[in-house]
Amino acid sequence: MTVESTAARKTTRRSSGTKRTASASTSTTKKTSTRAEAVATEPELVQLLTPEGERVQHPDYDIDLSAEELRGLYRDMVLSRRFDAEATALQRQGELGLWASLLGQEAAQIGSGRALRDDDYVFPTYREHAVAWCRGVDPTNLLGMFRGVNNGGWDPSTNNFHLYTIVLGSQTLHATGYAMGVAKDGADSAVIAYFGDGASSQGDVNESFVFSAVYNAPVVFFCQNNQWAISEPIEKQTRVPLYQRAAGFGFPGVRVDGNDVLACLAVTRSALERARRGEGPTLIEAYTYRMAAHTTSDDPTKYRRDEEREAWEAKDPIQRLKTYMENEGHADAAFFEELETESEALGKHVREVVRAMPVPEHMAIFDNVYADGHALVDEERAQFAAYQASFEGGEAE
Amino acid sequence: MAVQKLPLAKALNESLRKALETDPKVLIMGLDVGKLGGVFRITDGLQKDFGEDRVIDTPLAESGIVGTAIGLALRGYRPVVEIQFDGFVFPAYDQIVSQLAKMRARSLGTVKMPIVIRIPYGGGIGAVEHHSESPESLFAHVAGLKVVTPANSNDAYWMLQQAIQSDDPVIFFEPKRRYWDKGEVDTEAIPGELHKARVAREGTDLTLVGYGPMVKTCLEVAEAAAEEGKSIEVVDLRSISPLDFDTVQASVEKTGRLVVVHEAPVFFGSGAEIAARITERCFYHLEAPVLRVGGYHAPYPPARLEEEYLPGLDRVLDAVDRSLAY
Repeated sequence: MTVESTAARKTTRRSSGTKRTASASTSTTKKTSTRAEAVATEPELVQLLTPEGERVQHPDYDIDLSAEELRGLYRDMVLSRRFDAEATALQRQGELGLWASLLGQEAAQIGSGRALRDDDYVFPTYREHAVAWCRGVDPTNLLGMFRGVNNGGWDPSTNNFHLYTIVLGSQTLHATGYAMGVAKDGADSAVIAYFGDGASSQGDVNESFVFSAVYNAPVVFFCQNNQWAISEPIEKQTRVPLYQRAAGFGFPGVRVDGNDVLACLAVTRSALERARRGEGPTLIEAYTYRMAAHTTSDDPTKYRRDEEREAWEAKDPIQRLKTYMENEGHADAAFFEELETESEALGKHVREVVRAMPVPEHMAIFDNVYADGHALVDEERAQFAAYQASFEGGEAE
Repeated sequence: MAVQKLPLAKALNESLRKALETDPKVLIMGLDVGKLGGVFRITDGLQKDFGEDRVIDTPLAESGIVGTAIGLALRGYRPVVEIQFDGFVFPAYDQIVSQLAKMRARSLGTVKMPIVIRIPYGGGIGAVEHHSESPESLFAHVAGLKVVTPANSNDAYWMLQQAIQSDDPVIFFEPKRRYWDKGEVDTEAIPGELHKARVAREGTDLTLVGYGPMVKTCLEVAEAAAEEGKSIEVVDLRSISPLDFDTVQASVEKTGRLVVVHEAPVFFGSGAEIAARITERCFYHLEAPVLRVGGYHAPYPPARLEEEYLPGLDRVLDAVDRSLAY
């Protein structure tokens, strides 16, 4: 395998004027022209579904989905968005301490998440709610840490979905190590690590690129470039398109339209298959947009303009698939109505479960700190229990 | 042959060999651990005998070494990671403190992190900067980690295997200035608990607590003091987290005096923790305040000054005299 990736070669062709597939909309091109030159040169995106809902072909990433599969992807995106909206609302109502919305990134997450096999392993950051959905993780499990009842809260091996990682980029190394283990075991599963454009600046992400390349680890790096790291725009992270960094580490990089669920599915599937064949890592840059705030704690109006968001709204991942399905007759009105009902039921369920989440027992502070026990933890647990008991007035209540 | 006389470094090497033989999930990882056998030769010959899949030369990236070890542990492996020197652990500090230490609690006890991080530490070998530090308190302060350090060959052999068998992450500090000291290793005697302190020398007038490289110094102090008619008990902590306060307390209740010795800076160091706890536990047994001897609140000095910085015979004896003068 040569270092130069298919996508990188295509970019060269593009720069010489050959435009092969639909590129991002004019408004975005105009917008980014004010940004640093290297970032502004929007390289070709792998795209299978235009923002207008028109199906286009790509020579390297063809995909053939049945109407049922298309409806499945659409349903995943709608329900993920509904779950996310409910969580945002719950945060506004004081039921959650914080929420990191995925709004706008449904296609990147569902497309990549649905490319995975059950025996693949996922290392998410803290915004991969729709990937968790694809893994069969109970979505209410994701809310425990945001409600403040735990700091993770699930067994990662149940769904091969690791705990959310808040420190940026740390999990890319865990993914790489896990993938090294997969290779040692002679298994043919793959590993996927999610991170964002901000995390791409972290040393750990670069170290994970080095390790995965050196050991030829079966890992796919899925970077959701949502353009903003809290208030810092992408040009504060890089002077080259992120996917091009892969070439410097010796593996392919590809930029995909992150708002195109079909393209995300096709590109991720291809990268996972490559990993399974023992051909090593791939970096996928899903070019997308974070429609909401970084988390419910920040205010995007302070750092970005309304026009930018509006331009991206025109590229909405859910609407474009809906348009395509309607135009092609892949779904009827009953499907959309039923999904609406299901969506409302999900929101209601999430609300009820969150409100009923119990505050953990006080003694849980001392649980699971060590597997083999620790004298100091035992001592402090006993002291704390005695202190608590002193308030309870003989446990008469 | 059950009992052999081995340098501490060779005892560690034999210990790793035993661990690799016993459990196919044990891996050795680090910079230069393969062909070179480690800069201190602790892994000498292991790659030759166990292969590159078990004894893994890594890229030069400490965070990457620990971060990938976490992933391997999640996959069911038991990585033993070598950080080449004490002062080089800090690029990996985030992975150790923010990720490794917390993984079990965050998963509600569903994952294990059986990772050992071996760190040759401490001064006294005339090294350049970043090669002589004693950062044990920085790790002991973090819940979720265990911190141990052997002081002799037998402990080196057994404690390392016990650390590898533990399902918790263990920071294994190796006293590099004692690597070449020979001691008896009994490869068949059933060892004591990993986290239990050891009374290295009995005495009645004062307790000296040390660990790792300072145990030898403390024993020399006790020997010198004995010539002046003073009976000093020496406690080798062996484990810094958890710390066996019971053994220290029992000794102090007997002697009434305590001096803690370590190479790390005294300020916010392990000696402070020991002084505070022992004062709480046996205030009425103490004939003198607990004294500490250690490094200064200054960067580890250039090698030509390290003998002034490190606790040596005279500085510890001075503290012993001050304690006995109360």
